[in-house]
Amino acid sequence: MKLTLWTYEGPTHVGAMRVATAMQGLHYVLHAPQGDTYADLLFTMIERRNARPPVSYTTFQARDLGSDTAHLFKTACKEAYDRFRPEAILVGASCTAELIQDDTGGLAEALELPVPVIPLELPSYQRKENFGADETFLQICRKLAKPMARTEAVSCNLLGATALGFRHRDDVAEITALLGEIGVAVNVCAPLGAAPHDIARMGAAHFNVLLYPETGESAARWAEKTLGQPYTKVVPIGAGATRDFIAEVAALAGLTPRVDESRLRQPWWSASVDSTYLTGKRVFLFGDATHVMAAARIARDEIGFEVVGMGCYNREFARPMRALAKSYGLEALITDDYLEVEEAIQGLAPELILGTQMERHMAKRLGIPCAVISAPVHVQDFPARYSPQMGFEGANVIFDTWVHPLVMGLEEHLLTMFREDFEFHDAAGASHHGGKAVAAAPQASAPAAEGSVPEADRPPAPLDTQAPDPASIVWLSDAEAELKKIPFFVRGKARRNTERYAADKGLSRISIDTLYEAKAHYAR
Amino acid sequence: MTVAQLPVPPARGCRTTPLLKERGQREVFCGLTGIIWLHRKMQDAFFLVVGSRTCAHLLQSAAGVMIFAEPRFGTAILEEKDLAGLADANAELDREVARLLARRPDIRQLFLVGSCPSEVIKLDLHRAAERLSALHAPSVRVYNYSGSGIETTFTQGEDACLAAMVPALPASQARELLLVGALPDVIEDQALALLKALGIGPVRCLPARTADGLPGVGPNTVFALTQPFLGDTHAALIGRGARHIPAPFPFGEEGTTAWLAAVAAEFGVPPAHFEQVTAAPRARARKAVAAHAATLNGKSLFFLPDSQLEPPLARFLTRECGMTAIEVGTPYLHRDILGPDLDLLAEGPVISEGQDVERQLDRVRAARPDLTICGLGLANPLEAEGLTTKWAIELVFTPVHFYEQAGDLAGLFSRPLRRRALLNPEAAE
Repeated sequence: MKLTLWTYEGPTHVGAMRVATAMQGLHYVLHAPQGDTYADLLFTMIERRNARPPVSYTTFQARDLGSDTAHLFKTACKEAYDRFRPEAILVGASCTAELIQDDTGGLAEALELPVPVIPLELPSYQRKENFGADETFLQICRKLAKPMARTEAVSCNLLGATALGFRHRDDVAEITALLGEIGVAVNVCAPLGAAPHDIARMGAAHFNVLLYPETGESAARWAEKTLGQPYTKVVPIGAGATRDFIAEVAALAGLTPRVDESRLRQPWWSASVDSTYLTGKRVFLFGDATHVMAAARIARDEIGFEVVGMGCYNREFARPMRALAKSYGLEALITDDYLEVEEAIQGLAPELILGTQMERHMAKRLGIPCAVISAPVHVQDFPARYSPQMGFEGANVIFDTWVHPLVMGLEEHLLTMFREDFEFHDAAGASHHGGKAVAAAPQASAPAAEGSVPEADRPPAPLDTQAPDPASIVWLSDAEAELKKIPFFVRGKARRNTERYAADKGLSRISIDTLYEAKAHYAR
Repeated sequence: MTVAQLPVPPARGCRTTPLLKERGQREVFCGLTGIIWLHRKMQDAFFLVVGSRTCAHLLQSAAGVMIFAEPRFGTAILEEKDLAGLADANAELDREVARLLARRPDIRQLFLVGSCPSEVIKLDLHRAAERLSALHAPSVRVYNYSGSGIETTFTQGEDACLAAMVPALPASQARELLLVGALPDVIEDQALALLKALGIGPVRCLPARTADGLPGVGPNTVFALTQPFLGDTHAALIGRGARHIPAPFPFGEEGTTAWLAAVAAEFGVPPAHFEQVTAAPRARARKAVAAHAATLNGKSLFFLPDSQLEPPLARFLTRECGMTAIEVGTPYLHRDILGPDLDLLAEGPVISEGQDVERQLDRVRAARPDLTICGLGLANPLEAEGLTTKWAIELVFTPVHFYEQAGDLAGLFSRPLRRRALLNPEAAE
């Protein structure tokens, strides 16, 4: 048993629902108790879908336990077929039904329905949502896709886009357009938007574009082996990755890469002088491995941040994640425990967090700017406007998204210049962050008056509760006053650095000199 | 100021209307969801679900942003090794509970909440609660109840929780009034103030806000339910010798007045005094409801089952807002508890218990009601079909009981209709 509050991923059958809901003409019959229908609202509310997910639940109750549940399953399966007339049926069990061990596949076969039945084995006590999606899509491909003659013109399949995917809708549009410019047609995009008869003609594509390894890699590997289709390894998130992706696709297609980059604004935005202040901003990355690995490259090589920590919650991708982190001189944080992530963030004190919904809330609590780069996400990250992460427009979107939460360069400069101003004093906070302006505290001028008091006679300054060794380090009031002149959004870091410096030097008191020596020590 | 009189009680209510009982796919929450509001009410309680990742995911989805506020609930997720042998599962649970209590020393009441997986593997949480209670006494009392989907629907989770507390309540010979049902604090305070003004007391609440405030119970206790879904708690209290005051539920002006009147009669409050205390808030409530009744009057209504609040809400909407009920679906119908409300609900609507969601949706589509009250899994799909919906879960989380909220309650139903008219001005002509 493991005590959990937050889960980054849902159970495996939610992954299967993401595939079923992404597709057309497919129905999923889920052996599950009353209440498991809660997952429907992820699709109807977070993704704002206008139809119910194509999922029927057996809704067994306590009194049904025993032989009756198998009968319930057969009835639900038959009724679902009669009502929805799907081209194919997925059958499986949720975590509770896994325990009662009805053979859903066998029961469904016994009905002799006139359409393919695809049984799913999704171990819900070992694996999670992404596995469920990946495995479901693999089983659908195995059942329905067959080797066949290639299309005359060069074409590819797009693999891995699902329902409830972070920006999947717009990524598919962006990459479809990009491939069109290269001269490659999309044969089938799946699971998103595909029907079982589309899966059946997947074999006609020349190669596969694997958009999301988390949800499409097993199918891509299977297609490589069985259908003879190579698949792309570069995920086109970021300008550099998109260029690499174009080169990879062109090589697979045997075409010359020709793509219009005129709409790509991110490199110039990054090069412009207002972006100079972004240099070396310390950023922490967390999310699914694919988005984090792409974000690391953008952060360091395209925006000029310093990546101070990275990790992912999906253990399936721990190996590549660790390797990449190592190349950044970091140790990857592989965990699905949000408390560990929060601890790591607190220890690193980054200036920007790029993460999921959970990191967004941690950032709010810690007062650190944050942008969302990966699922799980909430309703606001299924926007009405076009906002891909992939391709050149995706690079533009990412630049705006990441930079907005930071105080812009000019603003930062002005805030520093006018920090004693009545409207911009520290206690006023930043109004555009939802903070409320308050009057300057009357003791703001007190340190100057205290200047005449001999230092030894003064009471020790209040200690920061986050000081590394609060018992032994004291801020002298001059130094405390000087610290207050530092803009509020970097003051916490200055305080911690100074205290760490003092502790390293064995100093028990921090004077103005200590403060500036520490500043010089940590200067970069 | 004169206030309009309420319609007279119907010649024939729905108390004896034959039920349409259905079985099939149910689109409802399980009882675990009750934790979301129960933990807000019981300030020193922690709710530990023993279940699967699905249970944790459900709580996360239902709790929305609340989950980031260090809430006092969590899930001990069963892993593969817990399923292998039961003895091990008990040791694992003890360890997780010890860790939890060490981290949260402010916790005085711990609820071990059973789920479908823990019920199916027959993990004996009742014995675990006894064992852990002994282990962590006297600072923490450990209870257990089941919020599993195979046994409970949505608000029944609260019933199971309160019923589990009843045997542990101290014995009392005092003649006290017990208010049963978790109400938002603001509502509870209004109810207590009204009862005090009527001269009724002492009044205690179940659940109490903290473990110190737990009420006593005994043969001189009388209790009034503030929520309709408390069948097991009702039975458990009667089992301890307490007596129930039957009344319609305190929704709207009429419901609140009838509820207060039933309690006042029990305590021998003179009618003139009752009139004096209730006249002003009654007038306020009628005025506030009238503002919305213009939108709701003459509109048809279809309740899908969700919380068991459906029959009393249908009574409020038909009698005080002029709506017409087509079908009133409820997950369970306790006729004894809901009798007074059913007496006031005019004969006509189908009263259905349980659900076969596909067949029920066929009936919704055939009837094309002006307003459909349903869960979030159905609301947007029905809106996309051109039907106006009101999502039901809000009725459980929003303060809606008693006089001062009567207008807000009507507003919850009028808003979607006004919105549809606003967004489609030509259709409203």
